[in-house]
Amino acid sequence: MSSFILATILLIVMALAYQMGLSRSRQVAAASGGRMHSRPQYHGALVALWTVVPLLLVLVLWLLLGDMVTRWLVVATLPPDLVERGGAPLSEAMQRIEAIASGVGVIGEVEPYERAAAERLQQVRLYLRAAAIILATVLAAGGLIHARRRITTRTRARNEVELVIRGLLIFCSIVAILTTIGIVVSLVFETIRFFSFVHPLDFFFGTVWNPRYAVTGDAATGSYGMLPLLWGTVMIAGIAMLVAIPIGLMTAIYLSQYAPARVRSVVKPVVEVLAGIPTIVYGFFALVTVGPFLSSTARMLGFSINTTSALTAGLVMGVMIIPFISSLSDDIIRQVPAAMRDGSYGLGATKSETIRKVILPAALPGIVGAILLAVSRAIGETMIVLLAAGNSPVLRFDPTEPTSTITVTIVAQMFGDSDFAAPQSLVAFALGLTLFVITLCLNIVALYIVRRYREQYE
Amino acid sequence: MAEIDKSGQSAMIDQADERRHIIRQGLGRRRRNEAIFRSLGLAAALSAFGFVVVLFGNIVASGLPAFWQVNIETEVTFDPEVVNIEERPVLQPGQSVAEYRREDLAWQRRVSLANWNALIEAAIRQHAPDSDVDTRSILSIVDPNARFVLRDMVIENPGIVGETVPIRLLGSANADNWIKGTIDRSLPDHRQQLSPEARALADALHEEGVMRMRFASHLFTNVDSRVAPASAGLAGAFMGSLYMMLIVIVLAVPIGVASAIYLEEFAPQNRLTDLIEVNINNLAAVPSIVFGLLGAAVFINVFGLPLSAPLAGGLVLTLMTLPTIIIATRSSLRAVPPSLRQAALGLGASHTQMVFHHVLPVTYPGILTASILGVAQALGETAPLLLIGMNAFVANIPTSPLDQSTALPVQIFLWQGNENRNFFEPRTFATIIVLLGLMLSLNALAIYLRSRFEKRK
Repeated sequence: MSSFILATILLIVMALAYQMGLSRSRQVAAASGGRMHSRPQYHGALVALWTVVPLLLVLVLWLLLGDMVTRWLVVATLPPDLVERGGAPLSEAMQRIEAIASGVGVIGEVEPYERAAAERLQQVRLYLRAAAIILATVLAAGGLIHARRRITTRTRARNEVELVIRGLLIFCSIVAILTTIGIVVSLVFETIRFFSFVHPLDFFFGTVWNPRYAVTGDAATGSYGMLPLLWGTVMIAGIAMLVAIPIGLMTAIYLSQYAPARVRSVVKPVVEVLAGIPTIVYGFFALVTVGPFLSSTARMLGFSINTTSALTAGLVMGVMIIPFISSLSDDIIRQVPAAMRDGSYGLGATKSETIRKVILPAALPGIVGAILLAVSRAIGETMIVLLAAGNSPVLRFDPTEPTSTITVTIVAQMFGDSDFAAPQSLVAFALGLTLFVITLCLNIVALYIVRRYREQYE
Repeated sequence: MAEIDKSGQSAMIDQADERRHIIRQGLGRRRRNEAIFRSLGLAAALSAFGFVVVLFGNIVASGLPAFWQVNIETEVTFDPEVVNIEERPVLQPGQSVAEYRREDLAWQRRVSLANWNALIEAAIRQHAPDSDVDTRSILSIVDPNARFVLRDMVIENPGIVGETVPIRLLGSANADNWIKGTIDRSLPDHRQQLSPEARALADALHEEGVMRMRFASHLFTNVDSRVAPASAGLAGAFMGSLYMMLIVIVLAVPIGVASAIYLEEFAPQNRLTDLIEVNINNLAAVPSIVFGLLGAAVFINVFGLPLSAPLAGGLVLTLMTLPTIIIATRSSLRAVPPSLRQAALGLGASHTQMVFHHVLPVTYPGILTASILGVAQALGETAPLLLIGMNAFVANIPTSPLDQSTALPVQIFLWQGNENRNFFEPRTFATIIVLLGLMLSLNALAIYLRSRFEKRK
């Protein structure tokens, strides 16, 4: 039965149940002549819930257990020596049986036990499906009758429906918490496994990164010093901030304090487009346009810059971050009370003096928070660095040379097959945990500062 | 007294003069500073604006040519000598489906083994009758996929054998480079991808009008291909992205909106809801790659979802977009004036009725914008998908979210790494144009729907 038909049946049953509840509650209302506690829609919804929820439960059970039970019953008919061997021959036999049962047939002779098993399979499938349908029908009908009978003038249908709605809402907001728990648990769990291969001190303070792809994957061959990656991350994020802070901040100041409304209404959305461009696009742009441009410009001026380097990646990442800083700072500057600005004008200060000596100091905490958020974004950025920084995990201090970052190394270590037993891929989780902790700290500090700042002026 | 007054007055006037003098002296410097500061601001805004212009200009200028590709328009004779294939087997009564399928596959294999390239060679040779170009050079200017095009024509219509039909074949990637000039035409022979004879032939065909530029519609209808780069297309990646977006829309939007409603309208002020709130704010800033690690560890390893499948990718993107949708929905709920709530409650609505019947309808435009922005963000995300194997080479259009597939941004990543850079660089830019075009239309849709919703009120 295709899922589309199932969904249609469910919807039809739901609509029917709703209608029955609706009409029944109207009958009750007309018969008693009095006032109902809840409106007919709520009675309808309650009856629909009583009908559809058991249906859904049976469906979920069937989906979860049906195949398992079928397989178990079919395997029981197979010759014992085949079952004992298990593994590939058994699963091959099951595939053949499946093919015979579905009517496609198989190539070659059909063994008698295969035919028997195939018949059994068809039978079990039929019975299970029939059982599921009967069970679902009985339960749904029971729910329907029960709920319909409960409709009286005093049934608190609205309260019950609202309780269900609230339960659903709570469930949805727990998903976010589950995500965080999932992230922390999976990262910590795999990191601990990684630390059984490599000592944490060697990981956090080692200066050599050379994980050496092990063929067998059981021994911790190679060295896993994280410092070159951390330095690469910090250097690229630093270059990005050197680009983004002045341009972003001055753009915000110009647009909020100087620009005529028409200029602002054009420039602001255009600059914010930069924030919506996928990072892979920036990465490719850095790789094929900015990198060669920098390198040839440098050659003309008599020094050398690698096409893929920390500088290339940092510059482009800076451009990507401009809108984060400019729109956040713009909001924050606009929150500074007008009275402060007017006071400064009243004392004869020029516009730039007011901005530099009154508005910026007042908005500073908020701007610092915005910058910290931007830094955490720069540290977690992957695609630009993956394409444009050259992926060379060596501790170097020259920004014109290729480098590597934590994020790039995570991708590099997880590439291809994911054999989760080897330290070569487990290290990705240790790096991920480091990244998660760094960005978490930055975010908490930033959010704290921004919130304090808001409270100050609200 | 009068004199003292006078001298005092003059002293005051002197002082005032002096002050005015100082102020006036400083005024020039201050005005200069003002102008400098202002022009610095203008320069910053202009450079930010300029980055956008340069970026888009570069993408469009480099990507647009890739939408047109070299085609060879000629006539092919389906020579019965070359194409001698028996009839396709049919399902015999009493034969099992499996056996029929095996025979059919064997037949297809025999058909593929026919020398289709000979037909192509003959077709091209008729435009250069007196030159003695070798077979390899001729075939090197035609897309390797061309022989399958001919094969499929025969399979579809066996009666075509023996006839001569007009046909349009794609030129090979290298021929495309040569005609477009994306490879330096002055490079010496050993650095050219095509032999001198093939280059001469391509030029001759181009001059004759046999080889000409056509819109590369196969870019949208074909799947990725390793053997035949010229006929590789985005259809597989597009479907992969579509499935993932559907999953995001079906899961992230309802869950996100529901949790925003709960947190903003129902949640009591206690430690737990504080925790959820801090948690969501932090989740919004967690690097996307960490979500990829989560997907690899939980969805692939623990739940055993198939690697490279849009289902796993969609779930990872769902978790990643949730905080965006929650935060944006909450802020639009917060913007609803309290008077609306009070009026609803005052008329006897229950709390749930107040939220769902009165507050929520007002916020539809905001929720819609939030959802579309979240989906657009998910559409452009690459890094987490690399960790759950969506960078695998897939030569089929996925038919369900459980099939192997790539996604549009991952396709950009895959194509940028191709060795034939001259050909794939413009192509990657073309893919970027497609991706940005999709995102722009999503945003335009958001703006349009928003304005319609707001007008209705």
